[in-house]
Amino acid sequence: MSTPAPPSDHGNDRPSTEPQSIDPLDVAALDAAVDAALAAIAAASDLDELKAARTVHTGDKSPLALANRAIGGLPGPDKAAAGKNVGPRRGRVSSALAARQVELEAERDERVLVEESVDVTLPTDRRPLGARHPIELVQERVADFFVGMGWEIADGPEVEAEWFNFDALNFEPDHPARQMQDTFYVEGEGGKLSNLVLRTHTSPVQARSLLERGVPLYIACPGKVFRTDALDATHTPVFHQVEGLAVDKGLTMANLVGTLDAFARAMFGPEAKTRLRPSFFPFTEPSAEMDLWFPQKKGGAGWIEWGGCGMVNPNVLRAAGVDPEEYSGFAFGMGIERTLMLRHSIADMHDIVEGDVRFSTQFGTEI
Amino acid sequence: MPRIVTDWLGEHVELPADLTAEQLAAALVKVGLEEEEVHPAAVTGPLVVGRVLELTPEPQKNGKTINWCLVDVGPEHNATQIKGVDDADVPAGGARGIVCGAHNFGVGDLVVVSLPGTVLPGGFAIASRKTYGHVSDGMICSVRELGIGDDHDGILVLTRAGFDAADLTPGQDAISLLGLGDEVLEINVTPDRGYAFSYRGVGREYSHSTGAPFTDRGLAENLTTPPPAATPDGFVVEVDDAAPIGGNVGCDRFVTRVVRGIDPSAPTPPWMKRRLEGSGMRAISLAVDVTNYVMLDLGQPLHAYDLAQVAAPIVVRRAAPGERLTTLDDADRALDGEDLLITDSPDGARGERVLGLAGVMGGASSEVSDATTDVLVEAAHFDPVSVARTARRHRLPSEAAKRFERGVDPRLPAVAAQRVVDLLVELGGGTADPAVSDLDTTTSPRPVRLDVTLPTRLSGVAYDRGTVVGILEQIGCTVTDAVSSDAVDAVRVVPPSWRPDLTEPAALVEEVVRIAGYDRIPSVLPAAPGGRGLTTSQRARRSVARALAEAGLVEVLSYPFVGEADLDALGLPADDVRRTTLRLANPLADDKPLLRADLLTTLLDTARRNVARGLGDVAVFEVGLVARPVPGTPAPPQLPVGVRPSDDDLTALVTSVPAQPRHVAGVLTGTVEPAGWWGPGRVADWADALAAARLVAERAGARVVVSADTSTMPWHPGRCAALALADGTVVGHAGELHPKVLEALDLPARAAAFEVDLDALVAAAGDAPVTAEPVSAFPAAKEDFAFVVDADVPAADVQAAVVAGAGSLLEDARLFDVFTGDQVGEGKKSLAYSLRLRAADRTLTADDVRAVRDGVVAAAAERVGAVLRG
Repeated sequence: MSTPAPPSDHGNDRPSTEPQSIDPLDVAALDAAVDAALAAIAAASDLDELKAARTVHTGDKSPLALANRAIGGLPGPDKAAAGKNVGPRRGRVSSALAARQVELEAERDERVLVEESVDVTLPTDRRPLGARHPIELVQERVADFFVGMGWEIADGPEVEAEWFNFDALNFEPDHPARQMQDTFYVEGEGGKLSNLVLRTHTSPVQARSLLERGVPLYIACPGKVFRTDALDATHTPVFHQVEGLAVDKGLTMANLVGTLDAFARAMFGPEAKTRLRPSFFPFTEPSAEMDLWFPQKKGGAGWIEWGGCGMVNPNVLRAAGVDPEEYSGFAFGMGIERTLMLRHSIADMHDIVEGDVRFSTQFGTEI
Repeated sequence: MPRIVTDWLGEHVELPADLTAEQLAAALVKVGLEEEEVHPAAVTGPLVVGRVLELTPEPQKNGKTINWCLVDVGPEHNATQIKGVDDADVPAGGARGIVCGAHNFGVGDLVVVSLPGTVLPGGFAIASRKTYGHVSDGMICSVRELGIGDDHDGILVLTRAGFDAADLTPGQDAISLLGLGDEVLEINVTPDRGYAFSYRGVGREYSHSTGAPFTDRGLAENLTTPPPAATPDGFVVEVDDAAPIGGNVGCDRFVTRVVRGIDPSAPTPPWMKRRLEGSGMRAISLAVDVTNYVMLDLGQPLHAYDLAQVAAPIVVRRAAPGERLTTLDDADRALDGEDLLITDSPDGARGERVLGLAGVMGGASSEVSDATTDVLVEAAHFDPVSVARTARRHRLPSEAAKRFERGVDPRLPAVAAQRVVDLLVELGGGTADPAVSDLDTTTSPRPVRLDVTLPTRLSGVAYDRGTVVGILEQIGCTVTDAVSSDAVDAVRVVPPSWRPDLTEPAALVEEVVRIAGYDRIPSVLPAAPGGRGLTTSQRARRSVARALAEAGLVEVLSYPFVGEADLDALGLPADDVRRTTLRLANPLADDKPLLRADLLTTLLDTARRNVARGLGDVAVFEVGLVARPVPGTPAPPQLPVGVRPSDDDLTALVTSVPAQPRHVAGVLTGTVEPAGWWGPGRVADWADALAAARLVAERAGARVVVSADTSTMPWHPGRCAALALADGTVVGHAGELHPKVLEALDLPARAAAFEVDLDALVAAAGDAPVTAEPVSAFPAAKEDFAFVVDADVPAADVQAAVVAGAGSLLEDARLFDVFTGDQVGEGKKSLAYSLRLRAADRTLTADDVRAVRDGVVAAAAERVGAVLRG
């Protein structure tokens, strides 16, 4: 806050009424001048009036100033008496002025702030907000969970060699399981086989990681996968999975369950847990379907299918050059779309895949 | 997938009296047979047996004749007063009056009556109603109305459908009689457990789950008549497989039996029909129904030939070039050299005539007909791979193929054939021929050596030796002590013949853990050794996406499938690299068979969809992989399962997969900053797209150089920037889209877009840490310049000149105004820069500042012909 410059005691105040000199020894006249000054100061209702009062009552031509100036001309013995008469009186007036100045400044400041008030209910969205797609956000959240446990996140290609997508994972070429995957095949050049597919799961990333990084290995692989399903409310030909793989000495199904339980709690809250049902996947043995105890299930908490899992099949370890006599591992996978739909009560897959900005915008940049 | 009729299952395993489908499902899921669906009861309400007491034909004005019937539906349901009938004329014991339009029944017939309150299949609710001058108090049902057949010719007369009149009483519940009240559980069988495609297998699993006593009907000792041994006069069968697949001969078991003198008119008994239909299979004729019944019961696919149409010997062989077969579904099929065939030898021509695709489907020529009296029964075992390939090749996922490709018990054929013979004798009045053939080259299952501690070590649950051995024996294994070397306590496990999947110790572990219960596995979080966090690339991806979102763009995802028309719409020239695409062999949509080589091809369509939905201001982006194949790249090698490839093969695998860089693209149209009380808004233009592309590069940590690009589609040739790395590699484009493209895609004028190769940016950025410059606390000096240059001089060049001329004291240089007009002259423009200067070690002097000023002016003049504006 700026402070106004102090009023000048000398200078260029506009000429006022004729100066009325007061005898500095005339106590009554001096008191009358003080009273007049104090009254004017008290009566000043704003800083301008106070400034005028200052000029009139303390300016060069004011009675008190003139009386003060007259002291110099007095004979010696009177000087001291006159000084005692005038000095304190001028002081009283100055104090009153300063006090009133503070009061009036505070009043003015308060008034200015009131006058500057605005309508804070006006819209302030001068820049529209963007948003992340929730499928990406869920994958990042999943990645954060696994990174937090000391795992790493692995990526891989979406167009993949069949060997990585199937054979490395113990899918025999003629086994029905290979047919169940509803695979998109890439056409070869000149009518030849391309031996390329759109990956049907993110498991080929696990096979690549095992080969490239070796053991022990703790990785999660979120990513886009493809199956020849037509788009409807619950299916989409392009969707996302996260798969996990841990290979180390002494890993057990109990470790698998422990990991799944921790993951379920991270995604669905402290009451979430998992249970296993026997099943079959070429790349795991024993294999299991995994159910999630979902506290927010519509119509009451209950079990719902969440994904598949199991102990890594020894053939998968062999294909990666890992000795199954020495190492064991577990693997699991679940759909990101399903996880998202459960967590956020999304009823229709179309909303996730159509790219309508109104869908993404609901989620902001963090979920 | 198999449907389970509960009382049928009860012939294999003891079931509680009132077991519901839900309880059955709960028991089976514990051992790995998942519920697919519970099919509800077909009929509810009072559906009863009725006897027709009186029948009066009444011709109608419309030419039809209806029958006014009085039907005895039992004392519980009969009425003593019938509207329109004198009480005296109501039969003793009462009846119901029913109007019926069909004429294939008469007085005394036993029929099925749906009384008011009954709900028939399809939700058809029966109520009493006024019609043709009567009150019809129920309905006499046809087979079709009951949902047990297509025959809508007339009323179901029970005695003609195989029911014995002695067993029927008016008023009797017809729902249980016809099996229409059964809830039927359909289960999902995983591909490793073919044996569960049978009541035998499901019964066994129910027993494993609950401990209920199980009788194995697939064993000869549990048959009423033991199967006879092969006889020298048995029907001759030869297996002549010239091209076994993977070294496995296509057929290793072939049992034939002959039943003669079957009454071709003998009906399939109602109980069998009910069970077949409940299991999801249509009843056809006695011989066919019996083979299907035994297949469902035991899991052995069977075939019945008309003996008169088959000439010995039967030869099982591969198809020859050019051979064709009309299968039972009346399709004429060209056969493949890998197809395994059943053939016979008419007129001594050995193996000349094709009878069927082995294990998949029979042919029409030898089919049993309504004149067949003598039947040849085939019960065989075929190579799963051969059957699977043939079924796939001919798109014939038949019941037989489903079972063979998942594995059928090779010990079953003789037992199953005996069951078929017994049923044809009993139900068809035939006689079993003593001639039997049984070609058998099957081998015993390979024993598996199991360390008895392995189940505990893999599961984390402690199982003692007795538990492990006990469970394996319970599922049918033969377990003996193995020669235990060193300290390992091992057993020798011979899996049962119906479990070809049990080839590895891990598979035996699954059996132990499964039967003991997965719910016993504790939850123990493993401690990973500690990772390195996200990679540079992963962090860059997040950072870029977050930055774009914070800059106002919305992330979307689009499918990667495109068609030629999409590439045409972008105006891509014929030799554009983005036209070199991968093509799917089996696309979902025929007009989108290609995989995108850039994101904009599909993202523009997403933007258009948003605009079409009335969202005029659209700023979207996508991060995703694109496929950039190089023509002529060799295909990845085909390598075996379960073997680590050689290093050379691995290299070949990895390098043959097409490059798939991760791109970032965005599209902007409409206002990016809306108008409001604060003032006017701002419409998205080329600069917004370029700013977004630059933001991506900035967040990825890469320096890019921007230059004009006048020839890259789909951009406007005068409003497109190429972004290049320091070495000149172009990594992306940004700017306004070409007006023709906007028109073709139905996007608003002036829409702008960018696409950059994020992987290239991240690679260029490297992951070396930033080396920090010290921050100077000395005062800054500010200097402004306004230069006049030729209008076609790029601002970036002027900026570069200013920066070069300013030297080491320059902290920041910013172009703050661009001006053209009379004051600067025709063909000229004025660029105004604000520079902030600072020294690291001192306060700048007037001389310092003057030197910088002179340097800037000189450099600008020299490099871009700039003149300082006065």
